[in-house]
Amino acid sequence: MNDAKNILLVGVGGQGIILVSKILTAGLLKAGYDVKMSEVHGMAQRGGSVTTQVRYGKKVFSPIIGVGQADILVSFEKMEAARWVEYLKPEGTVVVNNYEIPSIVIASGKADYPQGVIEALEKVFKTVTVDAGKAALEVGNIKTQNIVLLGALVKALELTDIDWIEIMKEIIPAKMVDINIAAFNKGMEL
Amino acid sequence: MKQLMSGNEAIARGAYEAGVTMAAAYPGTPSTEILENMVEYKEHIYSEWSPNEKVAAEVAIGASIAGARSICAMKHVGVNVAADPIFTYAYLGVNGGFVLVSADDPSMHSSQNEQDNRYYAKFAKMALIEPSDSQECKDFLAEAYEVSERFDVPVLFRVTTRISHSKCIVELGERKEVGHKPYARNIPKFVATPAHAKIAHVKVEQKLKDMEQYANTSILNKIEENGSKIGIITAGIAYQYVKEVFGDQVSILKLGFTYPLPMDLIRYFASKHETLYIVEELEPFMEEQIKAAGIQCIGKALVPNIYELNPDIVAQSLLNEKTETKKVDVNVVPRPPVLCPGCPHRGFFYTMSKKKNTVVTSDIGCYTLGGMEPLNAMDTCICMGAGFSAGMGMAKAFEVSGRDNKVFGVLGDSTFFHSGITGAIDILYNKGKMVPVVLDNSITGMTGHQENPGTGKTLMGESTTQMDPTDIMKAVGFKVLVVDPCDLKAMDDAAEEAVKSEEPTAIVTKRPCVLIKGLPPFKNKCVVNRENCKKCKMCLKVGCPAVFFKDGTAYIEASMCVGCEVCKQVCKFNAIEKVGE
Ligand SMILES: Cc1ncc(C[n+]2csc(CCOP(=O)(O)OP(=O)(O)O)c2C)c(N)n1
Repeated sequence: MNDAKNILLVGVGGQGIILVSKILTAGLLKAGYDVKMSEVHGMAQRGGSVTTQVRYGKKVFSPIIGVGQADILVSFEKMEAARWVEYLKPEGTVVVNNYEIPSIVIASGKADYPQGVIEALEKVFKTVTVDAGKAALEVGNIKTQNIVLLGALVKALELTDIDWIEIMKEIIPAKMVDINIAAFNKGMEL
Repeated sequence: MKQLMSGNEAIARGAYEAGVTMAAAYPGTPSTEILENMVEYKEHIYSEWSPNEKVAAEVAIGASIAGARSICAMKHVGVNVAADPIFTYAYLGVNGGFVLVSADDPSMHSSQNEQDNRYYAKFAKMALIEPSDSQECKDFLAEAYEVSERFDVPVLFRVTTRISHSKCIVELGERKEVGHKPYARNIPKFVATPAHAKIAHVKVEQKLKDMEQYANTSILNKIEENGSKIGIITAGIAYQYVKEVFGDQVSILKLGFTYPLPMDLIRYFASKHETLYIVEELEPFMEEQIKAAGIQCIGKALVPNIYELNPDIVAQSLLNEKTETKKVDVNVVPRPPVLCPGCPHRGFFYTMSKKKNTVVTSDIGCYTLGGMEPLNAMDTCICMGAGFSAGMGMAKAFEVSGRDNKVFGVLGDSTFFHSGITGAIDILYNKGKMVPVVLDNSITGMTGHQENPGTGKTLMGESTTQMDPTDIMKAVGFKVLVVDPCDLKAMDDAAEEAVKSEEPTAIVTKRPCVLIKGLPPFKNKCVVNRENCKKCKMCLKVGCPAVFFKDGTAYIEASMCVGCEVCKQVCKFNAIEKVGE
């Protein structure tokens, strides 16, 4: 493996991961990095588990990584963090949203939502727990959870030199920009 | 100008730059965005969603014969549907350049198999070109048209999910206007009678020899030599994985023109290195041919032929290096995809789940999820169209063996136009005792809402004749029961009536997909009256992600519910109420 940095974004279809990866890659590109991003569309989008990988560095070849190679795992949903941690480097960081979405297996009563996820993560990995739902509600729109997490990711990766506000203005529709900037700033503070 | 583009966006851009004027496709992951992005160039390129891949291929072939540079795109299994015209067009040769894009899906992220379509090039005797990133998607496509016109052959342009759906930096170019080639009737060339085909076969064998020579010096094939003892031959996305693992530490022969293989170049490369490895995803397509040419190499003995590769797997296979990983102590529960809250398919499959002695032969679309927990209301799902025709076969077999299972053959509206109509004709023609059902949600759902002949809109955004599956089934000769599938009583009545009916009877369930943009807003929601809830869990049987148990009683997540009332109808204790308006 060369020295590219690897970001793995995971969550549930419909949580706005694609928008986050779009902003992220636009920012990294502007900062002069070589960037590759890989996402899977289709079947998984119907409420299934979804992942997006973003890699950046001086030169990036592969758009995807294997197990044990992510520098940071950002999980938009709590249980998903545990599903994908195998992809993290042993010294990698988990940013986990303390937010539960029961899968259909859980909803239909066939299994219970696992307990103690955050504690189990903390035991093994450097873990940053974010209450993105609460932060999003504080800025006034639960749908901005994804941007709160973007803020937390930018902070964890120390990518604060990039003008993210400018990038968001380019990508997000005008009437939604302010609330998303507020969400982003919240995420940076957490 | 530099831009981040997915492989699919880059293919559309490549078609634009190569002077293409005609594009046709049927959607299918991971190929769909090729034509969705082609629309951006509608000033220069006519694009259409065809009803299926065979039609798309034939439209593009016709355009090529007329002198246009044309392209058709489809997912890997789509090429099976389109194979008939493609094989013959390979014999005939082109007028304007012709490219067939096959988007394969190793690891089956959204597919029913992971067939390796590179074999189609060898089987049909066409040229094969494989890009390894978005830049090459764009640049190699221009070369594909040069090859097609120079050697008078169709070109198979093969990508995979990780090429199609990965974004990388692309340097854009200008469009090269090539115009249309003149057209004149040419019976020996374009009329595939046995007499003409006999001549064409001889010609195509010569074309393959000529192309092999060309491939030896093609700009798409290049050696990255560094004097190492090891040499690696690779193509497509596997090249990126090899580079990721080895960087500049080994010599690489990177192939972009992969059929016919440049055997002289390969032999030369082999002679310069002590050990030759072949790193290719899925089947040993190159390895088999290289070994058959008498060149020693190691491939599938080390590199798996099942599922997609990644840098880690390449490192493990070739270097025996295992990456260190850590796990956490959590009992992770699976999260399979599900029918959305309010999905019209739920009512139909719930109804089927209650029926005894019933067989449901289904098909491919969002409704395949009716075969998952907790609905489990499905016996088969094979390929597009088989919902009707495999049902016909089962019904006939039951008839012969004297069993009385009731067969419902099911498919969606887009699938109906794709290949359901012929199956419906078979049922009536050969007197099948089964009920064909079209689940008409007014859109091509699974692949992300493409227009189809039932929506009244074309890919290029024009209004057009709207065809209704109900009218078509009637015209075929069925009595048609049209029903709102979310009205469970009406749904069940229709199913019973269709089974009992003396005349051939079909069902069309009609209710739009809840994700269609521009539908009137959902004003109502369902909520649980906790006093009335007897905790019987009946409501969980409909498999709606918005309905689950919380604090000991049923609960409906308001942010997800769209008020379809399917759960309300199955509750025997009036514990689910409708609110809003
Ligand atoms: C031959 C072939 N072409 C394309 C596909 C991809 N595909 C899977 S489902 C689907 C759309 C189904 O739409 P529809 O029948 O309307 O059902 P819906 O998803 O809307 O319920 C397509 C195009 C495929 N699996 N096989």
